[in-house]
Amino acid sequence: MILALVLTAAHAMILLAISPLLVGLIRKVKARLQLRQGASVFQPYADLVKLFRKEPVISTTTSWIFTAAPFVVFSSTLAAGLLVPVFISHVPLSFAGNIIALVYLLALGTFFLMLAGLDAGSAFGGMGSSREAIVASLTEPAMMLSVFAIALTAGSTNLSTVVHQTALLQGIVTDPAPHLMAFAALFIVTLAEAGRVPIDNPATHLELTMIHEAMILEYSGRYLALIEWASALKLTVLLSLMANVFAPWGIATTPEPAGLGIGLLVYLVKVAGLAVAIGVIECMFAKLRLFRVTDLLGVAFILALLGLVFFYILRS
Amino acid sequence: MFRIIKKSLKTGVVTGRYPQSAALQESIDPAAAEKAKPFRQSLVIREVDTGSCNACEMEMNALMNPVYDAERFGIRIAASPRHADALVVTGPVTVNMERALKDAYKQTPDPKIVIALGDCAITCGLFKGSYAVTGPVDRHVPVDVRIPGCPPRPAEILKALTELCGKHDRRQAAGS
Repeated sequence: MILALVLTAAHAMILLAISPLLVGLIRKVKARLQLRQGASVFQPYADLVKLFRKEPVISTTTSWIFTAAPFVVFSSTLAAGLLVPVFISHVPLSFAGNIIALVYLLALGTFFLMLAGLDAGSAFGGMGSSREAIVASLTEPAMMLSVFAIALTAGSTNLSTVVHQTALLQGIVTDPAPHLMAFAALFIVTLAEAGRVPIDNPATHLELTMIHEAMILEYSGRYLALIEWASALKLTVLLSLMANVFAPWGIATTPEPAGLGIGLLVYLVKVAGLAVAIGVIECMFAKLRLFRVTDLLGVAFILALLGLVFFYILRS
Repeated sequence: MFRIIKKSLKTGVVTGRYPQSAALQESIDPAAAEKAKPFRQSLVIREVDTGSCNACEMEMNALMNPVYDAERFGIRIAASPRHADALVVTGPVTVNMERALKDAYKQTPDPKIVIALGDCAITCGLFKGSYAVTGPVDRHVPVDVRIPGCPPRPAEILKALTELCGKHDRRQAAGS
C-alpha cells in the first residue's frame, strides 16, 4: 500500500517535472536547426514560475467555466498520465482505468479547453474551438483504432498488462507490422493532439492560423501557467505512451530500486529522442492548410485500421 | 526537406554576428530595472503600434531572426496583451489608436512595464504638432523605459532589453 502511494507520487512528480523540459528541448532543437542559439532548455520553467506570480486579468463576460477550465484540463491530463507506465510496467493506478479511459481523459481536457475558448465570446477563441473540434473528432477514431491494434496483440486493454507483457516478450507475434502501423498512426495523432507542426504551430503569432493558441488567447497569469503546463503534460503523456507501449524494453518489471533507476533512465532517453524527432519534423515541414489537416489525419486513421486488419491476417 | 537540415547543420549558429551597438543614449532607470525584476529570466513582449511608420516594427522583427535571436535571453513576443509582461509601444499616439493603447494597457496583467520604442513614441518625433496625434505615449500610459532612435537599430533595442533584464550579450562580446 505504502509502496503504491510512493510509486504513484514519484510517477506524478516525474511527469510534472520533465514536461517543461521536453518543450524546452523541442524549442532548442528547432532553434539550432534555424541557425539560432535559442533559449535554454530550462526556459519553460522560468516562464511558468513567472506566470504563477502574475495577477490574472479576467474578462467580465466570462462565466465560471473560464476559471474552472484550467484546473479541469490540468487534472484530467495528469490523471491520464498516471495510467501510462513510466518507469515501472505495473502502475499502481492501473485498476482505475484502461487505455480507453486514457483516451477519454485526454478528450475531457480538450472538451473543457474548447468550452473555455468559447466562453469569453471573442472571435478568435470561437474560431480556435471550432478548429480544435475538427481536429479532435478526427484524431479520436485514429487514436482508438491504433490503441485497439495494440490491445488485440496483447490480449488486454489494460496499459500496464500490455507494457508488462511486451517488456517480458510474452505473447509477441513474430510480425511487427500491426505495431509499426499503429506506431505511425499514433505519432501523427500525437502531433495533432499536442498541437505541433504540421497540424498547428505552437510558436505562431498569427491569430488566423492558430488552433490551440487561439483558445488560450484570453488567459493570463496562473490560469495561463496551468494551461501551458497541462499542454506540456499532454505532450509528455503521449510521448510516454509511444515510448513505453511500442518499445518498453528497459522498464522495471518489479519494484526493485536498481531496476527502477534503470527504468527511469531508459525512459528519459526514449522520450528525449522522440522530442528531438518532433523538433526536426517541425523544421522540415510547413504547417498544413487547415483543409489538408483532415487528409493527414485520414492517413493516420487508415494506418491504424491497416494495423488492425494485419493483426487478423497474420494470425490466421 | 533534408536539404534544409543539411544546410542548417553546415552553416552552424549565426547568432551574434552583428556590429556592436554603442552605449545606450539613455541609460535604464534604476526604478524601471527594479520593476522588471520578476522578468529577468522570462520577458514576454506585446507590440502595440499606435500609428508608427512601421520602421520600428521592422527592427523589432529583426530581433527574432537568427542573427539577433532575442529568444536566447528569454525574450519572446506574444499574440495577446494578456500573455505579456511588457508593452512595446511604437509611433506617436494617433487619435484613433489612443483607446486601443489604453485598452491594451488595461488588459496586460500586473506587474507590467511599458517600453516606448523610437523617437515618435517618446516625443512624437516628425509628427509633433499634427492634428491627428494626441501626444507621446507617456501622456496616456506610464512609460518605464525609453529606447530613442529613428528607428533604433536592433542591436540597440536588444542592448536596452538585456540591460533591463540584467544580462550581458556574451556571444556578441566574444564574437567581435
